[in-house]
Amino acid sequence: MTETNGGPEEPQNTPKRVIGTPPPAETHTLLSEQDQAPAPATEGGLYELEERSAKRAERVVATFFLLTFVASIAFIAAYVFVGRDGGMHGIYRAREANYLLGAAMTVSFLALAIGVTIWVRRLMTAAPILQERHELESPQADRDQFAADFLEGAEASGITKRPLLRRTLLLAAAPLGLAPLVLLRDLGPLPEKKLRHTYWQEAVAAAQSKGKKGARLLVADTNRPLSTADFDSPGAMITVVPEGIESSPDAMSELAKASTILINVPVDLFKPLQGRENWHVGGVVAYSKICTHVGCPAALYEQTTHHILCPCHQSTFDATDGAKVIFGPAARSLPQLPITVDEEGYFVATSDYHEPVGPSFWERG
Amino acid sequence: MSTAAELPKAVEGPVKFIDDRLGSTTFFKRNIKKVFPDHWSFMLGEIALYSFIILLLTGTFLTLWFKPSMTEVIYHGSYHKLDGVKMSQAYESTLNITFDVRGGLLMRQIHHWAAILFVAALMAHMLRVFFTGAYRKPRELNWLIGLGLFTLALVEGLFGYSLPDDALSGAGLRITAGVIESIPLVGSYLMFFLFGGQYPGDAVIARFYALHILLIPGIILALVTAHMMIMWHQKHTSMPVRNQTNKAVYGYPFYPVFMAKTGAYFLFTFGVVALLATFAQINPIWLFGPYDPSGISAGSQPDFYMGFLEGSLRIMPNWETDLWGHTIPLNVLIPALVPLGLVMTGAALFPWVERWVTGDQRQHHVNDRPRNAPTRTAIGMAAVAFYGTLWLAGANDIIADRFDISLYATTWFFRFGIFLIPIIAFIITKRVCLGLQRSDSATMAHGYESGTIVMTPEGEFIEIHKPAPEDQKIVMTSKEEAKPALAAADDNGVPAPTSRGPLGHLRAKLHKFWTFDSIPVEEGHGHDHEIESGESHKELTGKGH
Repeated sequence: MTETNGGPEEPQNTPKRVIGTPPPAETHTLLSEQDQAPAPATEGGLYELEERSAKRAERVVATFFLLTFVASIAFIAAYVFVGRDGGMHGIYRAREANYLLGAAMTVSFLALAIGVTIWVRRLMTAAPILQERHELESPQADRDQFAADFLEGAEASGITKRPLLRRTLLLAAAPLGLAPLVLLRDLGPLPEKKLRHTYWQEAVAAAQSKGKKGARLLVADTNRPLSTADFDSPGAMITVVPEGIESSPDAMSELAKASTILINVPVDLFKPLQGRENWHVGGVVAYSKICTHVGCPAALYEQTTHHILCPCHQSTFDATDGAKVIFGPAARSLPQLPITVDEEGYFVATSDYHEPVGPSFWERG
Repeated sequence: MSTAAELPKAVEGPVKFIDDRLGSTTFFKRNIKKVFPDHWSFMLGEIALYSFIILLLTGTFLTLWFKPSMTEVIYHGSYHKLDGVKMSQAYESTLNITFDVRGGLLMRQIHHWAAILFVAALMAHMLRVFFTGAYRKPRELNWLIGLGLFTLALVEGLFGYSLPDDALSGAGLRITAGVIESIPLVGSYLMFFLFGGQYPGDAVIARFYALHILLIPGIILALVTAHMMIMWHQKHTSMPVRNQTNKAVYGYPFYPVFMAKTGAYFLFTFGVVALLATFAQINPIWLFGPYDPSGISAGSQPDFYMGFLEGSLRIMPNWETDLWGHTIPLNVLIPALVPLGLVMTGAALFPWVERWVTGDQRQHHVNDRPRNAPTRTAIGMAAVAFYGTLWLAGANDIIADRFDISLYATTWFFRFGIFLIPIIAFIITKRVCLGLQRSDSATMAHGYESGTIVMTPEGEFIEIHKPAPEDQKIVMTSKEEAKPALAAADDNGVPAPTSRGPLGHLRAKLHKFWTFDSIPVEEGHGHDHEIESGESHKELTGKGH
C-alpha cells in the first residue's frame, strides 16, 4: 500500500539510473529509509489503504499465521511421537528429536514473526507522529523547595547539632557492615602449605616406611606400575600418578597437582641439571604435568624437538634441559620429580617435587 | 477519538479496576502513543533483551533436570560410548538432559546460542551507542548501567559454561583458578574460598550454579529494568534525519505499531536462535568427555566472548618477579586485568572525558553521525582493533594450523600488533571520517554527480551536478561546527580558570587534538568551487577514455 498512500517505506520520484554511474543520491538516504517519511502530524493521522491490495496482504498474513498453527501442532506431535517407546534414549533419537522439534519451533516462531511484520507494514494505518521531548531537569522552584525541605529535615532530626548521636551512629554502622564478610569465612579452608606439596610426598613416605626405595609411578587410567622394560623406546611420553592416589580422600584435587609426565629422552641429548644427575633413569625423566603458567596440563610432547607444549597458552618447555621455558607466557620450568628404579625394575619416585607445582602464587617465593 | 470513545467491556473492566485503585489510566494515556524513532541500529539492544528472555526461559527448563553436584558416579545411561565411565553428577545430568529428556538437547543448544547472541548483541549495541554519541548527556547513567550489564554477562557466561563439568569447560575453570591464584597477597586464599579448598575440590559447581541461576541473573534483571525505565523516561535518541530534533522525536506510536513490531522482533530472535540450535551443533559435551584434571586437548577454545582474555594470556611475555620473597606473576596479572580494565574504565570515563575536553555541557537527543565526531570514532575503532587483536590472538594456534604459519610467529605478530594495530586503526578511521566529511562538504556545495553527461559547444564533456535532495541535506548539515578553541584568556589577558595549570594545558591540547581538522559542511559553501569542479572534469575525462 505504500505506493498508493505515500507511506514511509518507498522513496518518491526515483530517477532513472544511468548505467555505470554511482547510484543516484535520491534513491538512498544516508541513514535510514524509514525516516524519509511524510510530513509529521502531531495528532497522529491514519493512512488510507487500498482495499484490494489490503485484502491480498491480509490473506498473506493469515497464511503465515496458519503456518504457525500447523508448526505448533507439529511440535506437539513430534514430542509425542519421539517419546512413543517410553523416552528417547540415545544419540540417534536425540538427534531426531532435535531436528523435528527444532524445525517445528523455528517455523512456528519465524512464520508468526513474518506474519506480524507484514501486518505492520501493509495493514496498520497508524502514521508517524511528532512528540515533544520534555525538559528532563526539574524546575528551579522545585529544586529550591527540595533544598529547603532537606535542610529543614536535617535540622529537625537533630543530626546536625548532636555530634555524639552522629558519631556513635557511624561507629555502630562500621562493624555491622563487616559482619556479612565474616560469614563467608567458612567457604573454604586456609591454603596453609597445601599448595607446596603433592601426593608424591605421602606416597613416597608410605613406601619408604615399608622399606622400599620410593613410590611407584602408576600409568594414569590403568593404574599399573611401569617398568623400565615397558618404557624403553626413546621419544615415548606417558602420564603417571603416584601409587595410592586413587584411594586418597580428595583424589581429584590430588590428581590436579600430582599428575606427572614421564618422557624417554635419548640419553645422549639429555643434559641433567646440576645436582640432579641421579634424578633420571637413562634419560627417562619425570616432570610435573601442571603448567607453571595457569595450570593447564602441559600434555603435548613433540618427539623430534623434545619440546613439551601446553595447549592452552602455548608455553613450551625443553625436555632435554630441565624443562626450562623456551617460549610462551610461562615463567618457570616445569618442576622435576626425582626418579629411580626399584629392585623389581619399576620406576619409583624418591621424593616429592622440591618446589610447588602449578601456577605461581604469592606465598610460593 | 474524542470524549465519547467507549472501550469494549472486556477492556473497560480491568482498566477501570486498576485505575480505581492505582490511577493508572493517566500513565497509560501518556504512554500509549509514545513515539519510537526508527532505525535499524536501534534494534541491536532489543536483540540483547530478547536473548536474555530466551535465556531465562530455557535456563529455567534446564534447572529442572540439572544436578549441580561434583559427586562422582559411574555412568550407565543411554549414551553407550561413555558407559562405565567415572564422571561427576553434573556431567551425568547434562548427558541425561541431552539424551533422555525430550527437547533437552534443543533447549541446551538454544540456551547456549542465546548466550552467545546475548553477548554479541550487547557488544553491537554498545558500539552503536558509542559511535553515534548516544551516551552523551543526559544518558551517561544508562551507559554505565550498560557497561555493568556487559561485565555481568561475561561472568554469567563463564559460570554457565563451566557447569556441565566437561573436559573443555574444565580447562576454562582451571585457567580461572590459575588466574585467581596469581593475585598478590590474597590469591591463594581467594582460590581456596571459591573452590572450597584445593582445585578442583567438590564445591565449585554448586557455587557457580547458585551464582549463575540466581544472583547474577537477578542483578542483570534489575539492571535491565532500570535501563529500560530510564530509556523510556528519557525517550529514545534519534538519528539526525528529517523531523528529528532535540526538541521533538518523530516516529511511530508505541501502540499499535511499535508494540507489534517489537513483538515480531522477539519472535524473529527466538526463531533464529531455534534455527541455529536445530542445525548448528554447539558445545557437544558428550564428545568432550567428563572433566579430568590431567587431560587436555589441542585447540581448546573458550566461547567467543572470553577469547580476548585467552589471547592476552597467550601473547604476554613470561615476566615474573619476586618481591621480598613473594612471587608476583606479571605474566598472568597483566593480561588478566589490564586489557579488560583499560577498555571498561576507558568506556566508563569516556562521557566525562569528552565533556571535559570539548566543554560541551548541552543535552543531546539527536545522535551524531560517526564521521562527524572523527576523534571519538577513531578512539572507538582503536578500541575495537585492540579487542579484535586480542581475540584473534586467542585463536593463534588455530590460525597457525590453518594457514600453516609458525605458532611462535603468530605470537610475535600479536605481541607487536597489540600496540600497532590500534594506532593504525585510529589513523585510518580518522582519515576515513575526514574524507567522508569532505565528501559531504562537496555534495553540499556542488550537489551530487547525476550521471548525466553533456558535451559543451567546445567539445568538452562535463557531468551535471544536481543539488542534493532535501532529506540528504538535513542529514549532512546535522554536523555541528567544531567549537573554537576554549578561550585561553579573557579580553583583559587574564588567563581563564579552566586553562590554568597543567590540567588546563592538557585540556587545551586535547581540545585542539579533538577538533583541529574538522571540516565545515554547509549549504552553498563553495570557496574552492573552481578547483573542485576542475578536478571532477579531469576525473571524468580520465575515466571516459
